Amino acid sequence: MEFILQPWPWYVSGPCLAIVMYLLLYFGRTFGMSSNLRTLCAIGGAGKRTEFFKFDWKSQRWNLVVVLGAIFGGFIAHTFLSNPTAIDLSEATVKDLTAYGFNNVGQNLLPPELFSWDAVFSLKGILILTVGGFLVGFGTRYAGGCTSGHAITGLSSLQLPSLIAVIGFFLGGLIMIHLIYPILF
Amino acid sequence: MGKYIKFFIVGSVFGIVLVKSEAVSWYRIFEMFKFQSFHMYGIIGSAIATGVLLLAFSKMKKIKNIEGGLLKVSLKERGFTRYIIGGTIFGLGWALCGACPGPMYILLGTGVWPMLIVIAAALLGTYTYGLLKDKLPH
Repeated sequence: MEFILQPWPWYVSGPCLAIVMYLLLYFGRTFGMSSNLRTLCAIGGAGKRTEFFKFDWKSQRWNLVVVLGAIFGGFIAHTFLSNPTAIDLSEATVKDLTAYGFNNVGQNLLPPELFSWDAVFSLKGILILTVGGFLVGFGTRYAGGCTSGHAITGLSSLQLPSLIAVIGFFLGGLIMIHLIYPILF
Repeated sequence: MGKYIKFFIVGSVFGIVLVKSEAVSWYRIFEMFKFQSFHMYGIIGSAIATGVLLLAFSKMKKIKNIEGGLLKVSLKERGFTRYIIGGTIFGLGWALCGACPGPMYILLGTGVWPMLIVIAAALLGTYTYGLLKDKLPH
């Protein structure tokens, strides 16, 4: 039980994610989390105005159930399967973030500097969350997939388009962290 | 209802793994893009390596899915522009808010309510893509 309560090492977590992907393929579906954003737009009536959202969203209900499961899994893992342990970040990361003005780096799952209500309702805080979310939602549909669809499923099936997309993911991430963060923080 | 239970269970496993691996943590994403730890690369790399083996094995053994068809991944359309530009935009957002679409939902389960704002913004982003789709280079 102690092993479960500790953070899981990468060599346990990675293969588990591959098994999640494989199970969905075995069920005749596919592993793609961002598709749900399109489905939710369709449910909200976006299909009335835009062709892209005019599809039979009911055929995607299984994927929304995966999302409900994921939320439930997050609840279970956080409430029952986690000792309140700090995240074992590298010293360099703690040093860099401390220099950016972050306190108690790694003591919580997410930095309170960005996700506490005080932060969320500051101008900078709300901009970070909304711009970040918008870019994720826009980019993932433009690229036709996200980390689950391209990085895990696409690369596992050795597809070139997914490799290009993943290179893009990293290009964007590196630009944000190395060029834009020094301006933001 | 019954046919959905298996999807709920798989989703739950996904959520538990991503929390326990700390891949849902903003800090881990920052650390990854700084190349300051092997952790995230280990997760993604070992997931892909395991996935490659599982898919190769299924192909060799002609394993069928439960609907009777061959177990396989559908092919992405060929192309370059949409993948590199869309991917880069995604990466910018991923690094900024520290959450890709899976963790957005999972973090809600861990009680991070501000993720609702991120999800709403992501929905708006997806909707905007739908509006502009025909005007964008693909």
